[in-house]
Amino acid sequence: MRHKIHASLDSAVADIPDGARIMFGGFGGAGFPNNLIQALALKGTKDITAISNNCGTHDGELGLMFKNGQIRHVIASFPGPHSTYFQEQLATKKVTLELVPQGILCERMRAAAAGLCAFYTTVGVGTEVAGGKEERVIGGKRCILEMPIHADYALIKAETADELGNLTYRLAARNFNPIMAMAATATIVEVDEIVPAGSIKPEQVVTPAIFVHRIVQAKGVRYAG
Amino acid sequence: MPDKPRLTRGQIAQRAAMELPNGAYVNLGWGIPNLIADYLPKNVEVYFHSENGILGMGRRARPGEEDYDLVDAMKVPVTLIPGASFFHQADAHLMTRGGHLDVAVLGGFQVSEKGDLANWKIPGAKGSGGIGGAMDIAAGAKKLIVCMEHTTKEGAPKIVRQCTYPLTGLACVDTIITDLGVIDVKPEGLMLREIAPGWSIEELQKLTGAPLTSLGRAPEIKFV
Repeated sequence: MRHKIHASLDSAVADIPDGARIMFGGFGGAGFPNNLIQALALKGTKDITAISNNCGTHDGELGLMFKNGQIRHVIASFPGPHSTYFQEQLATKKVTLELVPQGILCERMRAAAAGLCAFYTTVGVGTEVAGGKEERVIGGKRCILEMPIHADYALIKAETADELGNLTYRLAARNFNPIMAMAATATIVEVDEIVPAGSIKPEQVVTPAIFVHRIVQAKGVRYAG
Repeated sequence: MPDKPRLTRGQIAQRAAMELPNGAYVNLGWGIPNLIADYLPKNVEVYFHSENGILGMGRRARPGEEDYDLVDAMKVPVTLIPGASFFHQADAHLMTRGGHLDVAVLGGFQVSEKGDLANWKIPGAKGSGGIGGAMDIAAGAKKLIVCMEHTTKEGAPKIVRQCTYPLTGLACVDTIITDLGVIDVKPEGLMLREIAPGWSIEELQKLTGAPLTSLGRAPEIKFV
């Protein structure tokens, strides 16, 4: 068996270097890897490119890492009105932002996961997001070319992992997590519970173990969340 | 003229609810559209989609019932109807972009006579702005309805010849429902289908930045 289980959050993020491209799961307060974010904040990794739907809620979620000045560039669809630290740093040009339509953010990550080189879409044609992108007409429709988004690491949250790394998610806390799991070189998942292999019915696995590289049981261990 | 009564935000939502066919799969955006679920006619059952991966979203959670792993696109705790399902965000937007939703209803800052929509950023406003799912939804919905006030707070038309605000999508809007009328975007231009009680077409035209046409006298908006 491949040993993916880490005893601590700190060990799970120990090798993440300055300048890493990191995906962070979560949407609307649900499914954020808040404990891994705390561990990365403690470690102090800098110059991160963060790929996430939003940019935190005050001190919460990614807010902590912006507060610490750890993030240099962001790829996001909806930074959010309460992403206080991000908005301040964007205004003072301490961070840069690529704004991406939400579904296209998903598909660009999925293209990376699937080994696709690029894809055409009608989304964003004629808008700010089309700037600098190749445009062509396909089937009578104007389309723009979108490139894959890959990451060195994905930090995600699931409810349950088995020892092999098969994952299930709770309710709508699934959101971006399964997509990011597929699109990163190393996927690190924090879970509420780790169960023996075979405990999750094969037909109920949402993220197959092949996409998961490190597992850490986080609920009640060290940080809140 | 500005003193004449207009539809309330709730009434705009109520009128928009009447556009939803029984059995439709529907996505509701921020603002007025978010009120629509409260106004569904009794004989109509629709299935609400949320971009964070829910189909079959029910009413908002009551106090004590909230589960923060079960929220809508506005982070509000919601409930499920029997037969609901969860999926990840890519599949949620596969549904929006791929023409799988029957109707989407979005808020708007401006709509052009060609059906271009601007709804994500006010020029000069502070902060990054945020697109969220709006561009995917605008590009892919089978029918896109925009609910908004007919004019800005300063009285400027929000229905215009050409949008001056940052665009969400080109030629994507099918119907505009405002506090003054129901307007369909047709290849030949803006067709006034219904008008707010007490208003004349001429009065409405003065508050609209693009020409309106109508088949005879547009009937007044009525609520069943």
